[in-house]
Amino acid sequence: MKLRSKDILGIKELSLEEITLILDTADSFLEVSTREIKKVPTLRGKSVINLFYEASTRTRTSFEIAAKRLSADTINISASTSSVVKGETLIDTAKNIEAMNPDIIVIRHSAAGAPHMLASLLRQSIINAGDGAHEHPTQALLDMMTIRTRKGRIAGLKVAIVGDISHSRVARSNIHGLTKMGARVFVAGPATMIPRDIEKLGVVAYSHIDEALKDADIVMMLRIQTEREKENLFPTLREYAKYFSLNRRNITLAREDCIVMHPGPLNRGIEISPDIADGPHSVILDQVTNGVAVRMALLYLLTGGSNS
Amino acid sequence: MEQKKVVMDAEGIDRSLIRIASEILEKNKGGEGLVLVGIRTGGVFLAKRLQGKISGIEGKEIPFGILDITLYRDDLSTSHRKPRLGKTDIPFSLDGRKVVLVDDVLFTGRTIRAAMDALIDFGRPKSIQLAVLIDRGHRELPIRADFVGKNLPSSLWQAVSVHLTEKYGKDEVVIEENI
Repeated sequence: MKLRSKDILGIKELSLEEITLILDTADSFLEVSTREIKKVPTLRGKSVINLFYEASTRTRTSFEIAAKRLSADTINISASTSSVVKGETLIDTAKNIEAMNPDIIVIRHSAAGAPHMLASLLRQSIINAGDGAHEHPTQALLDMMTIRTRKGRIAGLKVAIVGDISHSRVARSNIHGLTKMGARVFVAGPATMIPRDIEKLGVVAYSHIDEALKDADIVMMLRIQTEREKENLFPTLREYAKYFSLNRRNITLAREDCIVMHPGPLNRGIEISPDIADGPHSVILDQVTNGVAVRMALLYLLTGGSNS
Repeated sequence: MEQKKVVMDAEGIDRSLIRIASEILEKNKGGEGLVLVGIRTGGVFLAKRLQGKISGIEGKEIPFGILDITLYRDDLSTSHRKPRLGKTDIPFSLDGRKVVLVDDVLFTGRTIRAAMDALIDFGRPKSIQLAVLIDRGHRELPIRADFVGKNLPSSLWQAVSVHLTEKYGKDEVVIEENI
């Protein structure tokens, strides 16, 4: 069994079997990170370029650690310190990188579709590490891995995703993945932040958090981008926190054994109260640990011999 | 044309394992410091059975671990099909231990090379020994087994498979002609 595509561009393009293969492989990789010598020789001589046009600590570090634990060489390029500031286009940057013959390019870009464009232009494998408000496939995979580990399954679970659904690539990738795996997904957020046609993706949308939380097995809180306040999508951060934060009061609506997830970075006291983020339901740091294993799995599955 | 011949039956496999268990204890002067590590997937069931036989003789359980060698293979960058990665589970330190690697069939020796590299990433064993149910020859590396159930001279175009109850419902070793 192998992945059909040379790239990982979105969850939408992956089949249920492919997602299961990635999650199973990631489960096995989890053990490598617990060893005293956290390195296996699998990708010796391969190079991975992290091309980040947007700020990132977690995702970039996670990809870098994943590649290094597989013995690949990693090179990090961030837009602010590269020739992008001199006006080079994405295509030119990519063509130059290709000429140096790496094996995998991991890209984060503020424009939706940027990884897809690179994938069609370059012979290397491209992994989408977040493109605009479109997709963030590795986040959804690590979320699904965390759910599967904690709950033993994904099918049949009730998942509530709360926050700015419109601008969230995390939400979009998770909706594609979770519905494909058979979960029931409910979203909630300010009406200005719920796309009009969201229910076409197979989810139920609410404008009150309480409705989505009811009997949820999984509560996934999204990071609110505080700059959205200036776009008048919600009146004030205080009001957002009042109506859409997960706290000690409304978490009781979810199932007693529910788990609370957040892709980070946290706005403590805005979308999630600190006692919940650090509380017994929270699996936020498990998500980070699983992120390394998921990325190791993808690097492992994407590299290799020719696809003859 | 495909011919299938059973070269070892359930009793044969069991007798071999009893002998190997005794030989392991004889060579190591008892079970002190001994650990068994089965190579996925065929070696795992055999190592588990050896553990049972050794504890039957010694009266105490010796540690047992599982090793997946996929990440240490030397053909990952040339083969385009990725072997399915299994879990490695060695829940004890290997430092100073006498490790007996267990596999079903010894063939080219490449799996054992990978397994030794993997083991050394887990610590510094006092020694590594190798127990196999079948040695079918055709080595490509300077590797030999310390404990062998049966030497089975074979041709390169033949397939030798060890079927065990845990996975196949019955115990037998078969040799198939793939012409």
